[in-house]
Amino acid sequence: MICSIRQLGVHDKATVTSITAAGEMGRRLRDMGLVPGTEIEIVGRAPLKDPVALRLRGFTLTLRNNEADFIHVDKRDALDAE
Amino acid sequence: MQNNMIAFAGNPNAGKTTLFNTITGSRQHVGNYPGITVERKEGTVQHGDHQLNIIDLPGCYSLTAYTQEELVSRQVLVDERPDLVVNVVDATKLERHLYLTIQFLELGIPVILALNMMDDVRNKGMSIDIAALSQSLNCPAISTVARSGEGKDQLLDQIIETSSNRAGKWSPLAISYGTDIDPALAKMEQIINDNGFLTERYPARWTAIKYLEGDENLQEQGKQFPDISQQLIEIADNLHEHCSKTLNSFPEAIIADYRYGFIHALLRKGVVTMPSVENRLDITDNLDKVLTHKVLGPTLMMALLYTMFQVTFSLGDYPMQLLETIFGLLADGASQILPAGHLQSLIVSGVIDGVGGVLSFVPLIMIMFIMIAFLEDSGYMARVAYMMDKIFRIFGLHGSSVMPFIISGGIAGGCAVPGVMAARTLRSPREKLATILTAPFMPCGAKIPVFLLLIGAFFADHRPMIMFSITLTAWFMALIVAKLLRSTLIKGESTPFVMELPPYRWPTLQGVIIHTWERTWEYIKKAGTVILAISILLWAAMTFPSQSSDTLATFDSQRQQLMQQLSQDNDKQSTQHIASEIEQLNQQQNMEALKNSYAGRLGLALEPISQYAGFNWRTNIALIGGVAAKEVIVSTLGTAYSIGESEAEESTSLATRIAKDPTWNKSAAVSAIIFVLLYAPCFVTIVVMARESSWKWACFALIFNTTIAFSLATLIYQIGIRLA
Repeated sequence: MICSIRQLGVHDKATVTSITAAGEMGRRLRDMGLVPGTEIEIVGRAPLKDPVALRLRGFTLTLRNNEADFIHVDKRDALDAE
Repeated sequence: MQNNMIAFAGNPNAGKTTLFNTITGSRQHVGNYPGITVERKEGTVQHGDHQLNIIDLPGCYSLTAYTQEELVSRQVLVDERPDLVVNVVDATKLERHLYLTIQFLELGIPVILALNMMDDVRNKGMSIDIAALSQSLNCPAISTVARSGEGKDQLLDQIIETSSNRAGKWSPLAISYGTDIDPALAKMEQIINDNGFLTERYPARWTAIKYLEGDENLQEQGKQFPDISQQLIEIADNLHEHCSKTLNSFPEAIIADYRYGFIHALLRKGVVTMPSVENRLDITDNLDKVLTHKVLGPTLMMALLYTMFQVTFSLGDYPMQLLETIFGLLADGASQILPAGHLQSLIVSGVIDGVGGVLSFVPLIMIMFIMIAFLEDSGYMARVAYMMDKIFRIFGLHGSSVMPFIISGGIAGGCAVPGVMAARTLRSPREKLATILTAPFMPCGAKIPVFLLLIGAFFADHRPMIMFSITLTAWFMALIVAKLLRSTLIKGESTPFVMELPPYRWPTLQGVIIHTWERTWEYIKKAGTVILAISILLWAAMTFPSQSSDTLATFDSQRQQLMQQLSQDNDKQSTQHIASEIEQLNQQQNMEALKNSYAGRLGLALEPISQYAGFNWRTNIALIGGVAAKEVIVSTLGTAYSIGESEAEESTSLATRIAKDPTWNKSAAVSAIIFVLLYAPCFVTIVVMARESSWKWACFALIFNTTIAFSLATLIYQIGIRLA
């Protein structure tokens, strides 16, 4: 199921399908390892639900929700995750 | 003896600075890159018959031209041509950290890979085939543990071996970027090589890649050959169009994809073996369950920040008082040795008080930075930013702004000097500037005696309520003004928050000490010189012109008269009476002298304007003095109301006098409280602000804050007297 990171819950796993951010924002996301094909897992949300913390490539990254909206992911179903 | 220049580079949190500290120890010094606030750290180490001069480049994730840190790293590599780069990587996160490594290799500079945190690799049950990694990247790799010093000697041996083998020769790595990009790159390389376009600085393929990435810094440099630069830009534009039409992507993104692809393929070839059963819940995850928990997280954070704050200011108090005593003794000594007169007054009131004022902040700054270094190195600071960001972002600030605000006095009684310095942890330039400009609004420890004096004089019954309202007002104003600045003068998109949450670690003692000492020494050096000059200037403003000889003669003759009476009189009661009259005469002379000085005249001259906010000339002088240091306000008011410093219950009697002064009333008191809270930061803070941003912004704060304070004070006073 293709959706944005905002729609994922904590502990959901997904694969990045595309990143629509250009310029500074896009560069920053790519430098941190967010490129299509990257496996991510939501590890938490801040007390006010924003920013969101993701795990990818063995480290944890935080993003604001409006920044995460640039990242489209293919959510893995609970069955696949097992 | 041979000299080698070595650069340490790597991602933030790779342990680069820890390794640098382990290797160079205390043989290091910190400076600044010209024109920007990024630190330049250098150190030396002796190994065999080689002297290694090591430069610790700022941590960065990439070599684009997008942050100051990245730009600086690039400039050092290209312009200073170090013999080699030691690229420190976190071996548990090779997949991401090698992204920077690839870019060094593409630049062609000799690289040694320091695979740091190998202890974590072993603990996690991972294994890394170092020989295979080294072979596929074609660069030496050494395993290290920066915290324990493991691998240090091997690394140093390797540095010497590689620098003599390579002899400074650059050999760029060429990665294939696929069928769309490669032909364009080849064409651009051809043009670059044929024309020798920037080839003395960068390899041709690197320049071509940077043009495809739309690198502004390189395009700027290319302008000296406009024709060739234009040709390259055309090719890049065509490719950009082609990619967006056929692939729905752009060259920059494709280049990044291929780099990660290259790394992924490389690591898959048996370089990294993950444990069969992944130990999913490590200490960091468990700690984060509590420390960033919805309810517990913010609660624990508040408790921690509050404790830290209390500890800083109560611990800092003792050495601060000790320093004050020492400077007091020095001043007494100087008064005895030097003959009375302008020289004595200059040395005592100008120099010793000025230097003492600067140095008395030192214990506070040291303790504060030990705490901050601890919070930062442990990884907790990133969590604070993570939890607070949502709130601070509304006002155009960043989650990390919370620290500078609190230290500056967000919990009443802080100090803006370490507060502004703490804004360093902000990596986003606009948010950092807005934080620095608004943090001095907080009720610092030096403003509090002024508030207590005025509350004591007019609102003695509501002390806690008013103190609390003052703190709330400060936060409100800081956030509102930050929002105002961020939507006008410091306008611009908020810098992406995208930030790493590093694993929790115990900070190393050496790291904390070095970090703290650097900050403190920098403060002493920078602040010391400027503040001494300003302190002398203010002393002159409050001393000159001296009283006319006529006035002096009048006071002297009156004093002589009283002295004579005193020597003749034997009655105890009347002796006391005469002694107090002499005291009063001295005070009156001090007051007359102050009124006659340039500062006094300025205070009088400003009265027609300041009366709108309810301030008389005495208040004006005190407020002018308060720009030097807020502590001066109460003592200057004392002099202006001719209350001697020797009197024990100074503030109570001063409060009574102020309460009795017909020009003061409740509205004027509230107006003065607001003005003192918000007006120009003290000079120490201004100097530190200039150091963290620029003199332009520091002067802006001086004028802007005073304007805001005066407008608000006037508004309050005018409404107040109409309601009363």
